[in-house]
Amino acid sequence: MLELLKLILRNTLRHKLRSVLTLLGIAVAVMAFMLLRTVVTAWNAGVEASAANRLITRHAVSFVFPLPYAYRDRIARVPGVERVTFAVWFSGVYIDKNQFFARLAVDSHTFFEVYPEFIVDPKEFEAFKRERNACIIGSEIAERYRLKIGDVMPVDGDIFPGRWEFVVRGIYRPRDKTTDPTSMLFHWHYLEETARKQGDSRAGQVGWYVSRIGHPDDSPAVSQAIDGLFANSRAETKTETERAFQQSFLSSMGAVMTAMDVMSFVIIGIILLVLANTMIMSARERTHEYAVLKTLGFSGRHIFFLIAGESLLLSFLGSAAGMLVTFPAVAGFQGALPKGWFPVFYIEPRTIVLGCLAGLLVGFAASLIPARRAATLRIVDGLRYLG
Amino acid sequence: MPPPLIEIQNVSKSYHRDTLEIPVLRNISLSIAEGDFVAFMGPSGSGKTTLLNLIAGIDRPTEGRVLVAGTDLTELDESALAEWRSRNVGFIFQFYNLIPVLTALENVELPLLLTPLAKPERRGHAETALKIVGLGDRMRHYPRQLSGGQEQRVAIARAVVSDPTILVADEPTGDLDKASAEEVLALMERLNRELKKTILMVTHDPHAAERARSIRHLDKGELA
Repeated sequence: MLELLKLILRNTLRHKLRSVLTLLGIAVAVMAFMLLRTVVTAWNAGVEASAANRLITRHAVSFVFPLPYAYRDRIARVPGVERVTFAVWFSGVYIDKNQFFARLAVDSHTFFEVYPEFIVDPKEFEAFKRERNACIIGSEIAERYRLKIGDVMPVDGDIFPGRWEFVVRGIYRPRDKTTDPTSMLFHWHYLEETARKQGDSRAGQVGWYVSRIGHPDDSPAVSQAIDGLFANSRAETKTETERAFQQSFLSSMGAVMTAMDVMSFVIIGIILLVLANTMIMSARERTHEYAVLKTLGFSGRHIFFLIAGESLLLSFLGSAAGMLVTFPAVAGFQGALPKGWFPVFYIEPRTIVLGCLAGLLVGFAASLIPARRAATLRIVDGLRYLG
Repeated sequence: MPPPLIEIQNVSKSYHRDTLEIPVLRNISLSIAEGDFVAFMGPSGSGKTTLLNLIAGIDRPTEGRVLVAGTDLTELDESALAEWRSRNVGFIFQFYNLIPVLTALENVELPLLLTPLAKPERRGHAETALKIVGLGDRMRHYPRQLSGGQEQRVAIARAVVSDPTILVADEPTGDLDKASAEEVLALMERLNRELKKTILMVTHDPHAAERARSIRHLDKGELA
């Protein structure tokens, strides 16, 4: 067996230029496959991070219309709802318009209970609660802008006009890789007070409510009960699971994402064709040798093993090279994008597994036709083959 | 009198091209004793190589039986036939047919990969075979680094390394110059005389055929 592996290795290196070009083709394709999968994953990160026990209640007409603050207590009384929090999309400009990340006014008493994946040091959290214009920022934001506790973040309001100065009192850590580490959260009461002072019509309004429910199975009934409370009111609501909410948020780009998804698998097909072409050429050139091996007593299974082994070796080396290149490529891609475009952008373990599986599958599939042909070759035909 | 090593009983072989049936061998019967050295001669298309292929178990007759050392080759399936070949037949081809990515030693070792021998034993046998053919100093050379005559001698070493029952040689000197051909024929003669190997050789060359103990002529698929 070891000797046959040696023969596989030597056959792989027989036409160095062809092998190198094939390896490069596979590596580039695997890199493109993994990069596309990473973009799709990043795009769907919000959906993936969704908790099964959270419901989002928004205005029935559109997400951009606010809901009355008074809804909070009524939602909290709905059977099945354990905790309610809310948030307002603040937006604003920090440094310049290219510095994009979520800036939200939240109910500081409840928000971190409903979102346990945002981990804040208890001391920092206490300090945050005590200060009206305090904020908590994600670890990546702190790193990106070199912000530390006590620093001031000046933000020019766009939706809510004025110059806002927030003091960093906490830096949250994401619990896992799918949690957005790029948000900035501050007291809704600070926003509310300012809005009231300025006579802003948005005073007393919130962007959306988030309810933590006891059991995910109850989500249809609870959603219906919440929306039932506000039916025929001036601000009817639409309640759905966090996952459904995130998906509807992404639906505008759905066609592009589907295309990228499809493209990533088309690339696998391209690798298959590249490798199959190489293997068919190689096996055809060695028809005579395979006949000789069979003459010496090697069986069709041995010949199949030789060709499939060579194909798998090529695909393995190409995939490994492609994967290695993917890490800097993903980092470079992220660096080239405007800051904050994808809050969560990393190569998922699932993507790596998919890349490996694709490599193995392609390696085996590409060898099937030439290996079967050579394995079933009649010796006398093979010996007569001139190539 | 001992039973013949090879018995060919009423063997016919035809090939089909589209709907056309092309007979190559017609009702051939032949016996070859153990230790014999037989040369098959005849014009191109007379069926010499086909007969050799049938005896070596790399092709099957359309009719008749081929028995080698009591084994009826026509009754063996493909995998049994492959195993039988690995134990009983050594092949010498006109164009040597060495594997170009393997050294002389590795080429000779190839048939032994199908045996239960451990690597040191395999290496030992392969080295001995190469020394027998006079290539003890060329073991690490690749085929491209050897002359035609040397390549054919490596092929002979590969053919004898597993100590097969019969050696079949298809035009073994057909691609060699006169001196190299002489060396190869002398080697085959030695294998037959000293190691008692049964050798079947197809050749066009009357000079090569003279080295055999007997010569059989084929013409239009029949033994003359």
